[in-house]
Amino acid sequence: MSEEFNPKIITFACNWCAYSAADLAGVSRLQYPPNMRIIRVMCSGRVNPNFILEAFNLGADGVLVAG
Amino acid sequence: MITFILNGKEVQGQEGEYLLQVAERYGVEIPTLCHHKALEPAGMCRLCTVEMHYGGRVRYVTACNYPIWEGMEIKTDTRTVHEGRKLIVELLLARCPDVPMLQELSKKYGIKAPRFKTEDDTCILCGLCTRICERMGNSAITLTGRGLDMKVDTPFHIQTDACIACGACAMVCPTGHITKEKIQAHVSKHELIPIPSEYDMGLVGRKPIYVPYAQAVPNTPVIDRDRCVHFKTGGCKICTEFCGVNAIDHMQKDEIVELDVGSIIIAPGTQAFDPAVHDTFGYTKNPNIVTSLEFERILSASGPYGGHLVRPSDGKEPEKIAWLQCIGSRDEHLGAQGYCSGVCCTYAIKEAMLAKEHSKGDLDTAVFYIDMRTHGKDFERYYNRAKDEMGVRFIKSKITNVTPNDKAGMQVIRYVDESGRRIDEEFDIVVLSVGLMATKEGTELAQRLGVDLDHYNFARTSSFEPVESSMPGIYVCGAFEAPKDIPASVIDSSAAAGMAGSKLAESRWSLTQTKETPDEIDVRGESPRIGVFVCRCGTNIAGFLGVPEVVEYAKTLPNVFYVEDNLFSCSQDTQEKITQVIKEQKLNRVVVAACTPRTHEPLFQETVLNAGINKYLFEMANIRNQCSWVHTKEREAATEKAKDLVRMAVSKVGLLEPLYDPEIEMNPSALVIGGGLAGITAVNNLAQQGYFTYLIEKSDVLGGQALNLYETWQGEDVQKKLAGIIKEAESDKNINILTNTQIKEVSGFVGNFQTTVETMGKEQVIEHGVAIIATGAQEFKPDQYLYGEDPLILTGLELNRKFIDDNLSLNEIHTAAFIQCVGSRIKERPYCSKVCCTHSVKNALKLKQLKPEMDVFIIYRDMRTYGLREDLYREARAKGIAFIHYDFSKELTVSKNQNGLNVRCTSYVLQREVEIRPDLLVLATPIVPPRENPVASLFKVPVNEDGFFVEAHVKLQPLEFATKGVFVCGLAHSPKPVDEAITQGLGAASRAATLLSQKKVLGNAIISSINTQFCRGCQKCMAVCPYQAINFLKDRGICEVNPAVCTGCGSCAVACPTGAADIFHFDDQEVLTMVKAAFN
Repeated sequence: MSEEFNPKIITFACNWCAYSAADLAGVSRLQYPPNMRIIRVMCSGRVNPNFILEAFNLGADGVLVAG
Repeated sequence: MITFILNGKEVQGQEGEYLLQVAERYGVEIPTLCHHKALEPAGMCRLCTVEMHYGGRVRYVTACNYPIWEGMEIKTDTRTVHEGRKLIVELLLARCPDVPMLQELSKKYGIKAPRFKTEDDTCILCGLCTRICERMGNSAITLTGRGLDMKVDTPFHIQTDACIACGACAMVCPTGHITKEKIQAHVSKHELIPIPSEYDMGLVGRKPIYVPYAQAVPNTPVIDRDRCVHFKTGGCKICTEFCGVNAIDHMQKDEIVELDVGSIIIAPGTQAFDPAVHDTFGYTKNPNIVTSLEFERILSASGPYGGHLVRPSDGKEPEKIAWLQCIGSRDEHLGAQGYCSGVCCTYAIKEAMLAKEHSKGDLDTAVFYIDMRTHGKDFERYYNRAKDEMGVRFIKSKITNVTPNDKAGMQVIRYVDESGRRIDEEFDIVVLSVGLMATKEGTELAQRLGVDLDHYNFARTSSFEPVESSMPGIYVCGAFEAPKDIPASVIDSSAAAGMAGSKLAESRWSLTQTKETPDEIDVRGESPRIGVFVCRCGTNIAGFLGVPEVVEYAKTLPNVFYVEDNLFSCSQDTQEKITQVIKEQKLNRVVVAACTPRTHEPLFQETVLNAGINKYLFEMANIRNQCSWVHTKEREAATEKAKDLVRMAVSKVGLLEPLYDPEIEMNPSALVIGGGLAGITAVNNLAQQGYFTYLIEKSDVLGGQALNLYETWQGEDVQKKLAGIIKEAESDKNINILTNTQIKEVSGFVGNFQTTVETMGKEQVIEHGVAIIATGAQEFKPDQYLYGEDPLILTGLELNRKFIDDNLSLNEIHTAAFIQCVGSRIKERPYCSKVCCTHSVKNALKLKQLKPEMDVFIIYRDMRTYGLREDLYREARAKGIAFIHYDFSKELTVSKNQNGLNVRCTSYVLQREVEIRPDLLVLATPIVPPRENPVASLFKVPVNEDGFFVEAHVKLQPLEFATKGVFVCGLAHSPKPVDEAITQGLGAASRAATLLSQKKVLGNAIISSINTQFCRGCQKCMAVCPYQAINFLKDRGICEVNPAVCTGCGSCAVACPTGAADIFHFDDQEVLTMVKAAFN
């Protein structure tokens, strides 16, 4: 592959912990690659397996469920 | 009403109006040079000449001073008019060839060079200056001479007293002929003094009419009577002509309003020490020496340099910045203050880290300090991060002067480094970390109210009544009581409100007004009209990604009808503007792309609510915390990500449905967990405010850690005071005290908690509306320095116990030593326990008092006797207690032989090893929370890495949890002394009372629901629900959600095989649309 692999990652983040943690990462100015898109859910338990499959179906290279 | 024809169209104007005024109203542009809206027109420049047709005749008239009349016909843009104007401009350019404004105008009219002989004037004799001078009520200048000799001048060409140097002439001069320098040199005898902007710390100027700062409340301009020309001469009042709504009233007078009140809270605040008073650093002479507050403005996006970090003298980007600590604090020289201001160390660290972030290059930052005092919650970690990760240099050295290096604009600081070498180092900017001090206004107010002040002019309070002034019914809070930071001030304010509330419990609700919100507009059935507001957040967002590009992109998204960007979307003026825009643009859904919904969603929900839109038709795109701040070096990628996040939010907001928060009945009783000082204080206050309160304590006695304390730093007898507080709780009928009691189970939610407690094997359920966690912490028992191996090696509290019991064998003790930070500020426990330095100093002084000939040593890393406690530290040194600052990087050892104990460490100052042979060794150990914390998991509230509870927001909600109705106070929150624990107890009670006083509170609308048509009663949802919020209705064979218990986690929606269970606001479609939108 000539181009550098730049994966597209979808993250489902729990409002109460992982989403707050992602906010805190911002407050602390922790740097990470800009290829992740966070979708806020009220709990990681809310993440339907269909959401994950749909993300892969649409071309996600990785799905992170954080909660 | 007069009707006439303007450029072929019929227009109307009022009798007496001039042509130019009417044309302006109809949007017809006529160029002018000598016209000013507020001045009587003079027709001097002739540029506004237009063509008038009447009865077959043509005339050329100046629009500015030609009155309109019925039936005339005006043409403003004919070839003749244009040629005429061109000639005028050409003549003016010949007179003033170097005036940029005329050069620009000539270009517009196609004039390359004037055909006439050029002169070198800069004045076009428009007379604006003389007319405005007259309007200002001065008439100091006029047009003198005739014909070719005519010019603007003072009578007899002499400097005059009549000119008050207001600068109005320079402001209106269209050519730049009149300058401030000329006014000063040739016109006025008075000095032309710019008005410094108070908000920007004088770094820039302001006008006599100004908005104090962008977020001022109320956000309306004020007139500075001391500077406004009208109040000096009676003239001007030009502002009244520009104000479209006639809001300006120069006759307004101060009013005296009398209020009948039951108690008063005074919070007059503090001011920064002014280093100009005794200018030892050359602060007034050197623009590159700034105070910390000035530096805050330099860093601020709304500051004088737009958030660009530059050197004030020449705008150069600094490469090296130094902070000098303790400027005006811990200093008994004239004008300075003897106490520690408590906030400067942490703010200097913050400024250094922010400066590094702002700097494009590799900025070097150095903080020169005496002791780094990062004693607040989590501040030590912040300090470590600055030092270890950000590379901020910390140099222990008190700097007494700064020498400017004039040529390079640099400042030289001379100091002695760790190895004793003398070093001269140059810095671009030197920041003076100025301390806080009492204000003159605060002092006068206190004297008027009869409130006692201490020797520093702070309000005198006691440790046990920390917000009560000497005058009954008057409470104090904030830095008026002692220097303190924002969290402490906010907690103080809650405590003061709690005290006032306890005295006024009977009159609660008697003067209440209800807030009116507009009726909600029913938008169901309407297709989405989405508005997107992109926040720049100063430079926090705009500095790292392309906000204009995001705005342009948002405009292309489906259903988006309005997009704009705001400097600070959360400021009050912007909020009002957004509300207005929603109404004007008839938006029915709103996206704010800004910070995080975790902190700002409620604020913006209220904004849309004020525009009549349901607050759930709103979505945030998190382009700050989760974008600009985490991709600070990838502008392009961050911009793309922000666009994606906006697109995702827009796709979701279009699907959202209006929701309504359920109302929940409030049980007006409270549960306080933990019978220490903070807990008992909270209970007493709640009971006094009229709420029944349960206090549960796991041990058999009330008092907690205070049972082991001898005296407060102010010398109050802790045991005596504690006994009084306990007695108060025990005798109050509104309080039910349960000792030997533990919590077994917690269920319910704000307003309706059910907590099962066990008292000596007997269980009972307590129903309560709110809970306050005051579970405390304890003194760490060390595992080093021979602790436990010698009866005279004690912890601080063990020594206190001996003072209380009066059983210290003083005869055997000739030398005592204290070792600070035993087990704290280390890798395993990287926090400061705040109280130990003061505690050791207090104990050392007690030993000296008991036996003056005793040698007492305190071996420390940084002495953190913050605030007014610095007095105690000074007293200790004066009484001969020896303080040894030891080198923490080298080992400190305690050994024991036949001669007794032996402490060895390396003195930082002497740079050599010292040995002390104490008979009494006191180990100052940290305050540690319990290893296991069942209360945290039972109430589902978080604890930090150190084991202390984490408040919802350090500054804005310092005593609350994100879980509504649950509060925290005392040592459970973080290590703190008696007075602060009591303040927190009062503050938590006060915050709890804000809920208890309501009959109903609003619950959560984001919950699950089960569609009865699709539910087939399989009960899989019940199996996964962590909150037992779902019931099976046997008779109907279906499941049902209990909305009061459901937290909206959505697990049921995932488990449901038929799709009957779903969660509002996060339903399958609403989440999936975001997944799809993420891929464009």
